[in-house]
Amino acid sequence: MNTTFMTTPQPELNWELPARGRTAMFCLIAAESAIFTIFVVAYLFYIGKSLTGPMPKDVLTAPIFYTICLLSSSLTIHLAVSALRRGNIGTFGTWWLGTLALGAAFLYGTANEWHRLIYVDGLTINTNLFGTTYYSLVGLHGFHVIVGLLCLSIVMVFTLLGSVKREHVERAEVLSLYWHFVDAVWVVVFTVVYVIGH
Amino acid sequence: MSTDAISTLRVEMPSRPLVAKLHEWVTTVDHKRLGILYIAYALVFLVIGGIEAAIMRIQLIRPHYNFVSPGLFNQMFTMHGTTMIFFVVMPLLFGFANYLIPLMIGARDMAFPRLNAFSFWLTAFGGIFLYFSFLGANGLYGAGSAPDVGWFAYAPLTSQTFSPGHSTDFWTLSLLVSGFGSIGTAINIIATVLCMRCPGMTLGKMPLLVWLNLVMAVLVILAISPLTAAQVMLLVDRYLGGHFFDTQAGGSAVIWMHFFWIFGHPEVYVLVLPAFAFISEIVPVFSRKAIFGYPAMVAAAVCIAFIGMSVWAHHMFTIGMNSNANTFFVLTTMAIAVPTGIKIFNWLATMWGGKIHFKTPMLFAIGFLFQFLIAGLTGIMLGVAPFNWHLGNSYFVVAHFHYVIVGGILFATFGAFYYWFPKMSGKMYSEALGRLHFWLFVIGFHLTFDFMHIPGLLGMPRRIYTYEPGRGWDTWNLIVTIGVFFQAAGILVFAGNLLRSYFRGKTAGSDPWDAWTLEWSTSSPPPEWNFAVVPVVKSRRPLWDLKHPSDPDWKYE
Repeated sequence: MNTTFMTTPQPELNWELPARGRTAMFCLIAAESAIFTIFVVAYLFYIGKSLTGPMPKDVLTAPIFYTICLLSSSLTIHLAVSALRRGNIGTFGTWWLGTLALGAAFLYGTANEWHRLIYVDGLTINTNLFGTTYYSLVGLHGFHVIVGLLCLSIVMVFTLLGSVKREHVERAEVLSLYWHFVDAVWVVVFTVVYVIGH
Repeated sequence: MSTDAISTLRVEMPSRPLVAKLHEWVTTVDHKRLGILYIAYALVFLVIGGIEAAIMRIQLIRPHYNFVSPGLFNQMFTMHGTTMIFFVVMPLLFGFANYLIPLMIGARDMAFPRLNAFSFWLTAFGGIFLYFSFLGANGLYGAGSAPDVGWFAYAPLTSQTFSPGHSTDFWTLSLLVSGFGSIGTAINIIATVLCMRCPGMTLGKMPLLVWLNLVMAVLVILAISPLTAAQVMLLVDRYLGGHFFDTQAGGSAVIWMHFFWIFGHPEVYVLVLPAFAFISEIVPVFSRKAIFGYPAMVAAAVCIAFIGMSVWAHHMFTIGMNSNANTFFVLTTMAIAVPTGIKIFNWLATMWGGKIHFKTPMLFAIGFLFQFLIAGLTGIMLGVAPFNWHLGNSYFVVAHFHYVIVGGILFATFGAFYYWFPKMSGKMYSEALGRLHFWLFVIGFHLTFDFMHIPGLLGMPRRIYTYEPGRGWDTWNLIVTIGVFFQAAGILVFAGNLLRSYFRGKTAGSDPWDAWTLEWSTSSPPPEWNFAVVPVVKSRRPLWDLKHPSDPDWKYE
């Protein structure tokens, strides 16, 4: 017969597939990693090739405190997701808010650093190659922090409105994967900009 | 049976006003409709890109011809290349991937239907934005001009100094936007393939088309992202006064080439893997044999993707790299011929001893096999650095990559059109017109691109808008241009065939080819939900198992 062939599902077949949210987030992280790789390569390639000052060693100081803030936000978001998995919404909200605060502190640190670089040291994106690569790489990462904070804030608003439930743990976890990625990238950026490029 | 209910439902649906239908198409999140939107969109741009090619060929038909100005010629080759790669071949392949993957893995839609629609509209916007430059860009030639920096837009030509106005920005931004669309689609394809397969369809039982599209999607993620990064850097240079590619401030023009070709060469495999996917479905069905060496085919595809990430600088032999880099990229370029060769041998082995049906899809598949082989051979020639130093940036290169893209990818895609047209439209195409299309296109293709190698060997560089008589190039250029008219006639026959068959073709039925993959198990065109009952599969050819319950494949796999 020239119509639909059908089979009946076999209930005994044990059929489990990976969750699509996690899979897609890992793919997005792979794509983002490729973008960051190109910026990191450009940064490394142009170290010491600026024709005019200021040079990194004159103006850069490693933002140790704000780095600790950002990295510890990975821990707080992990604790938040664990609390949500246990169904403890109050603890979840507290840790989530802590993550937001730590991320915001990091952004404040970057803003401070940029303000000093621009107004005190006179380094802008078109001063020299160092300025171009520095603001692009750190700015690209900062942009990802901002996007992450916006997403975290949306979840925070929903939490305060009381609509985040235990069954949303998988979504919160997918978002936390992105946040872990943003933190991990900072380790690379920090190493490249403040250690190798110094 | 429930299909009868489905078809009655279809007939009884009251006809809606045109606006309502359009609204449905614009707001759709159905993977089949989005697939068709991608394909229709790509066909429109195929005509536009083809007209641009024809304008260039008419300009070059004889020496000292003044059909178009040099400036317009520059715009034509830039727009032709950009259009054909980003707004024809990629949307075509994404369209088929969108349409076929859920049907082949027994799913009801892609993993993220709304992301799917979003990706399509981003791509669509990118193309329209690029063409708006003809009206809106204030480029080098006064008000309104299109990008004219070549499709790989080498620095420092793209800097504000040499490309004032906005023509280059139209190029950058349109590729940036459509690039986001491509990454979205790639993420969607991977998530669909990994997370949406019907029960029983393990990775080793997926149709090869699905496997190859999965590898393609991984490559899109790894290849398009560097292009996105490079485009952002170019925008920083052009708008914020950055120095990434500014040689006067210590920047490097060569690093743009690296960044571009880190995208550019894997992109070739992004385009060719889905073409391989079509061939891997068409050849077995029309040879009446299961594919030969399924695991080797999958391994070869993964291998191609892997090596494909490390061959990019063979586009850059002529810029003068050191001999270590030259050696590395020569060797990787040679190495990639091995998995590609495995694929060609496996298709031949599938045909060997089969009962070959020379229907239009099979004709195009066989054309693909011959032409892609030759394209690969000239590729190996160009992959040898000393040979490349003589012929880099000549018409030999242009002939080589058009052999890949037209002779290989476009032929495979035409085969796919004829093969899946009955499924998508529910109607059978005209076999006679299909054959006419095939022969017109074969003649046109070989007239144009076989003879294009020769002026290249005689030293004719690419992208020149005219040439001196008496260099031995004249006759070859005349023949090349004549071939274009045969190809254009072929495209007209193709379009006529699609339209005629859609409105007046015979009803195709759900399985006109007696094929073996799941998309042929549902009605043509499939209902919105694809499968009334989610299928369960036990082998690589689930439909064979159903048609031959006494001799199913899973007994042997």
